[in-house]
Amino acid sequence: MIMLDPNVPAGPLEMKWDRRRFSGHLVSPANKRRIKIIVVGTGLAGASAASTLGQLGYQVECFCFHDSPRRAHSIAAQGGINAAKNYQDDGDSVARLFYDTIKGGDFRSREANVYRLAQISTQIIDQCVALGVPFAREYGGQLANRSFGGVQVSRTFYCRGQTGQQLLLGAYSALCWQIERGQVTMRPRTEMLDVIVVDGHARGIVVRDLVTGRLSAHTAHAVVLATGGYSNVYYLSTNASGCNVTATYRAWKQGAAFANPSFTQIHPTAIPPVGAHQAKLTLMSESLRNDGRLWVPVSPSDRRPPNEIPPSERDYFLERRYPRFGNLVPRDVASRAVKAICDEGYGVGPGGQGVYLDFSDVIWQQGIDVVRERYGNLFEMYERITGENAYEVPMRIYPAPHYTMGGLWVDYNLMSTIPGLFVVGEANFADHGANRLGASSLMQGLADGYFILPYTIGHYLATVDSPPITEDHSASRAALERVEARLKKLLQGKGRQRTASSFHRALGKILWDHCGMSRCAAGLRGALEAIPSLREEFWRDVVVPGSGEAFNQELEYAGRVADFLEFAELMCHDALHREESCGAHFREEYQTEEGEPRRDDERFAYVAAWEYREGETPVLHKEPLNFEFVQPTTRSYQ
Amino acid sequence: MKFTLRIWRQGGPNERGGFVTYLADEVSPDMSFLEMLDALNQRLIAAGEEPVAFEHDCREGICGSCSLVIDGVPHGPDRGVTTCQLYMRRFADEKTITIEPWRAKAFPIIKDLVVDRRALDRIMQAGGYISVNTGGAVDGNTLLIGKDEAETAMDAASCIGCGACVAACKNASAMLFVAAKVSHLAMLPQGKPERTRRVMAMVQAMEREGFGSCGNQYECEAVCPKHVSVRFIAMLNREYLRSGILGTKIPARSDPPHGESY
Repeated sequence: MIMLDPNVPAGPLEMKWDRRRFSGHLVSPANKRRIKIIVVGTGLAGASAASTLGQLGYQVECFCFHDSPRRAHSIAAQGGINAAKNYQDDGDSVARLFYDTIKGGDFRSREANVYRLAQISTQIIDQCVALGVPFAREYGGQLANRSFGGVQVSRTFYCRGQTGQQLLLGAYSALCWQIERGQVTMRPRTEMLDVIVVDGHARGIVVRDLVTGRLSAHTAHAVVLATGGYSNVYYLSTNASGCNVTATYRAWKQGAAFANPSFTQIHPTAIPPVGAHQAKLTLMSESLRNDGRLWVPVSPSDRRPPNEIPPSERDYFLERRYPRFGNLVPRDVASRAVKAICDEGYGVGPGGQGVYLDFSDVIWQQGIDVVRERYGNLFEMYERITGENAYEVPMRIYPAPHYTMGGLWVDYNLMSTIPGLFVVGEANFADHGANRLGASSLMQGLADGYFILPYTIGHYLATVDSPPITEDHSASRAALERVEARLKKLLQGKGRQRTASSFHRALGKILWDHCGMSRCAAGLRGALEAIPSLREEFWRDVVVPGSGEAFNQELEYAGRVADFLEFAELMCHDALHREESCGAHFREEYQTEEGEPRRDDERFAYVAAWEYREGETPVLHKEPLNFEFVQPTTRSYQ
Repeated sequence: MKFTLRIWRQGGPNERGGFVTYLADEVSPDMSFLEMLDALNQRLIAAGEEPVAFEHDCREGICGSCSLVIDGVPHGPDRGVTTCQLYMRRFADEKTITIEPWRAKAFPIIKDLVVDRRALDRIMQAGGYISVNTGGAVDGNTLLIGKDEAETAMDAASCIGCGACVAACKNASAMLFVAAKVSHLAMLPQGKPERTRRVMAMVQAMEREGFGSCGNQYECEAVCPKHVSVRFIAMLNREYLRSGILGTKIPARSDPPHGESY
């Protein structure tokens, strides 16, 4: 039976984190040397956690499935990182960043966590500067800022369009230092496939060496998962092709509650899909909405090239519907508006899946050089992919799955319902509620990894009694057997003809249609029927060539698809039970007459944390969200 | 469109490799190069054959995973792009395209088109960082950095660690890679305290890994997907000279790089 104790310290909001840090027990330096911690994943959260833990003196063993810890998908974040520095003196503060984030999340996140995130945000910038991250600067030498979707202050720090890359390289360099010092043992090209739980505590993981195919168990005093999000469940998303749910999903099967799995963010500005061959959707940074204006022709039958359509015959639909925020409304609002207008038949481009994102006004007002300096690399990327020059014709954009707010449930200390299993970054559910604001994921990943986990894990390690266990403990052997059996099942069966990718694509379509940007009970029930039969076909017909004892990319991929095929059901259960519209979760039955979402705080102001039961429907547990410091309001951007 | 593909196939690090010819038809000009290979692999898998192993992840030109030599040029015919950002409209229809892995002594082949690039990580571990603990950093605006300096540091820092520079160089030199990191950190005030030690340690690590020396022919710059300039190699040489004049000594290390294994 799972107990959800959020473990939030008492007292005023501003004091909670200080109190937790003071009341937490410390591990003595001599003991740290004897304690081993496993970190899985080397994105922003994983690399920053592993390097900081190493620096504190723990023995760290760090795993990633890439060839190098520098490649995780954090690297692709373009826009920037938020921090309540108020360098621009435009009215920003920790309280405002807190309020913006909690409102942006549509009041479905924990106040104490979000406030802590806003408090720590300023330290992150200082830390990254100290590590040599080349943030954009003003001529006077000060750090530059820009504004970013969903807020009215300029608090976003950036490195051209490559902020994620530079922040990750900063964390990677810190990790390199700890590897050189011998504090961190790095194991690249190694995929985690199960958690080892001993007496209810997480004590290790089972991994597959992706080069030799060898399975092995690794034990430790605590395990940290920093394994990212699961947007790839939709097949097409802005995520890297390797992103998957396997680590968190398999932890769920060992007893970690999964929170709000249906809260998935669809990003409004991606390049529209063009054909069946497409392997991914490419994101165009949200920062483009600072200067670009979204429009469609007033008449759906208007087939003229965009530059020939006069302003009076254009519908700037975001500015019309949301005059106060205009093109800068949060992602969920913008995505739904784009989908709605395309569904009504106003879309442009192939299949009517797209709207214009037009820069002609800003080019006219500020000059092409300004636009080139701000967005040059994005315009280049757009031209490479589409063959169109966006300085001359408007871009076309369409929403794409991008980020998952849902994740493993964690308490204030970032510990899951399995003691000793900590979850950081996108892999946990913690801070973004039902919708994430732009430039907040980098902030959260680094807050968790550099500043929160290293404190809270110490308290756990100082207060828990971990008897030594070896790699051949019965729990390790059981976990190894589970993994072995599953791999064997994937590899059996000659003469089959259907590829894992074709199942993945079919699953993606079911979810995009019924558990994507808008959902309804009938659709979700249909999906819950379709998914198990697709899964059955998968296990009957999937073909995986080659052997398990060698480098086998198709085997890795098929294993991830198999987990998606189970996990998708959990998403639909969650979306079906939540009979309200909040943030990215839009239920067609619960909307106002103007088509705006209708939230239901009386019935649904809670975190839905699901427990795994073998062969049964997942069991729902609720963590009530008590708003002591802010008053949930209708989230209006009009 | 349709193409004849000559692809390097190799079962493992110690096996003999060779070119195998495949036909890719029904190729759309809007496909990326990797999507064309995806389509080929789908066909091979459905027929129960082993797909062509190649590295890829973000597919938007930033993670540095993809690594194909296309018709003799790392990342193919376009300037300033990674393989994943190369589109088939760039090729003449019915052409024969030769696809090979990065070839360098320091990058052993794992399978087909996938190579082991950990040597680059080990160079970074030797000194490609600023030794600063988490916590207690001063305010980010305490040390002012002029816009031009910050932009130049960013130019250097934009290296994605793909290794195309090594693959393009007939000496398999990693000078551009090392130069990018040394220059990035040497230019920023935060990186200055360790600059003399860093350049020595990184150059030593580069030599230990079996990368060759710079021949000043600039192939590296020509194929770099992020336009990292060879000017940074000049800066690396200057940093190295400066460090030598100051008599910086790094203890030679003969033990195998620790803390890493497959």
